[in-house]
Amino acid sequence: MKGFLSFVRKEFRHIFRDKRTILIVLVMPVVQIILFGFAISTEVHDARVDIVGNWSDPSVHRIAGRIGQNPYLSVVSVYETVADVPERFRKGQADVAVCFERDFDARLRHEGRAEVRLLSDASDPNTAQMIVNYVNGVLTDAQSDLMLKDRPEPASETSFPYIQYMYNPSVLSAYNFVPGVMGLILMLVCSMMTAISIVREKEYGTMELLLVSPVRPMSVIVSKAVPYLVLSVVNLVTILLLARWVLDVPMRGSLLLLLLVSVLFILASLGLGLLISVIASTQKTALLISGMGLTMPTMIFSGIIFPCESMPVILQYFSDIIPAKWYIIIVKKVMIEGVGWGYIYQEFLVLLAMTVYLLPVSIRLFRNRL
Amino acid sequence: MDKDNKVIVVHELTKKFGNFTAVDHISFEVHHGEIFGFLGANGAGKTTAMKILCGLSLPTSGGGTVNGFDLCREQEKIKRNIGYMSQKFSLYADLKVWENIRLFGGIYGLSSKVIREKTESMLHNLNMTDLRNELVGDLPLGWKQKLAFSIALIHEPGIVFLDEPTGGVDPETRRLFWEMIYETASHGTTIFVTTHYMDEAEYCDRVSIMVDGVIADLDAPAILKERYQAADMDAVFRQLAQKAKRQ
Repeated sequence: MKGFLSFVRKEFRHIFRDKRTILIVLVMPVVQIILFGFAISTEVHDARVDIVGNWSDPSVHRIAGRIGQNPYLSVVSVYETVADVPERFRKGQADVAVCFERDFDARLRHEGRAEVRLLSDASDPNTAQMIVNYVNGVLTDAQSDLMLKDRPEPASETSFPYIQYMYNPSVLSAYNFVPGVMGLILMLVCSMMTAISIVREKEYGTMELLLVSPVRPMSVIVSKAVPYLVLSVVNLVTILLLARWVLDVPMRGSLLLLLLVSVLFILASLGLGLLISVIASTQKTALLISGMGLTMPTMIFSGIIFPCESMPVILQYFSDIIPAKWYIIIVKKVMIEGVGWGYIYQEFLVLLAMTVYLLPVSIRLFRNRL
Repeated sequence: MDKDNKVIVVHELTKKFGNFTAVDHISFEVHHGEIFGFLGANGAGKTTAMKILCGLSLPTSGGGTVNGFDLCREQEKIKRNIGYMSQKFSLYADLKVWENIRLFGGIYGLSSKVIREKTESMLHNLNMTDLRNELVGDLPLGWKQKLAFSIALIHEPGIVFLDEPTGGVDPETRRLFWEMIYETASHGTTIFVTTHYMDEAEYCDRVSIMVDGVIADLDAPAILKERYQAADMDAVFRQLAQKAKRQ
């Protein structure tokens, strides 16, 4: 026991003495959360809208005014010919053009219908989709107002869906990123740092020294893991505090449940870290394997950036073997939707199965290699 | 008396990796307080044999005792009672001098009080009292080596294994290091040392030379030189190592 404590103390010293390690372990999570929360957001602010039509047409005027009032949209230019639109897009002066047909107001009043066309510069499809949705929303509102004015009692067939974003009313991307970053950080700290710290001992030859000492291999592994476990919990708390008080992401579910799941995920990550330390013989290799083999797939396949549902089926299957994916799903459910045990047990079981498989296998491999 | 006098007894020790016999039925004894040189070209099986003696791996057949503990059944006890220092410099460079001492004291289960006393006397003997708060990585190699040797002895083991302890060290530092070895042996600690420097082999009480997994010869350097009619141990070693068939 005394040997074990000396060991844990030594590991903490290694961490706190190396500025780069401490930077990765304690500063990076904060930076990532801030970055993802503020700088990298998928929301669109101030999309530039062109109005193509007759500016003296009262209906056009009214609808353009409504578009201008929308906080996400701003009208940048008004002109009369559709032919000018491509040039505007090419020069990057507008994101979307709303084209009203000739005599818009008159047709609307006499025939009860008039045409509007949306032209979008869809070179960035995600943004284009979002902007079009915003504009569409404004147009739909305007349309329903017109109907109400004409017929005080709206007919059932002309009713429009009223959209409510249940768990994320203002559709903030932080709601998606915070769980994602949590998964990424815990994975990084636990797997990469544990792997590197073990491989470093192999590389420097100090591992030999530990092996001839009476300390059991199991103690070596556990004492390597303990500091990173502690730091991960610190990170977790930091991220949650930042999310709650800086990014306004709610913590709707049980904190205890979230912590439990996080510890499980940390254990799975430690297992992966051990596995890497068995394969790699130098710190560089360990870094490369964890970067390319863990961080990248986690970024791409865990649904942080790209939704898994829109991937080809075979990649969807591949994404299933990434522990972070399941962890992130659970975190979203618990944090954002505030659901309890009953709604997450399936994902929890998957994660548990992974951990129960990874940990003993990697420990056995690790001991065999010694 | 004769039996108590033997710190290492090895009988027909063999280690096979698949079809490859790394160590082939070797038998030898090392006496109390002896400086025993364990020589051999790279790949002759020294490291494998040494690993078994340190309790790191199990022999395929044969056996023996180290400090009276069985090689096959009492590996934990062996580890507790031996010191070890390897060719790769074996302390933590990013820990301070006193932290390294503390760590290994803790690993071998010494109490805090004993560790404190040991630290003081060790730093005093090494003339390193002023350097206690230095990072070990900042020390010159010679100092590191001396410190590593002292730390390998912190739990007062009956025998200490030195695996090419003077690799990459200048001749003067090597000479000082061997003085420490003599000093330690004179207090009754057995020294089991591997080396590639044949002048160091001359300093040993007895030397064994491994070739192709077997012990080609074992005796005092003076007797070996006479037997092979060689001027120095270097010539003895080359005569024996020439017979090696595997590379």
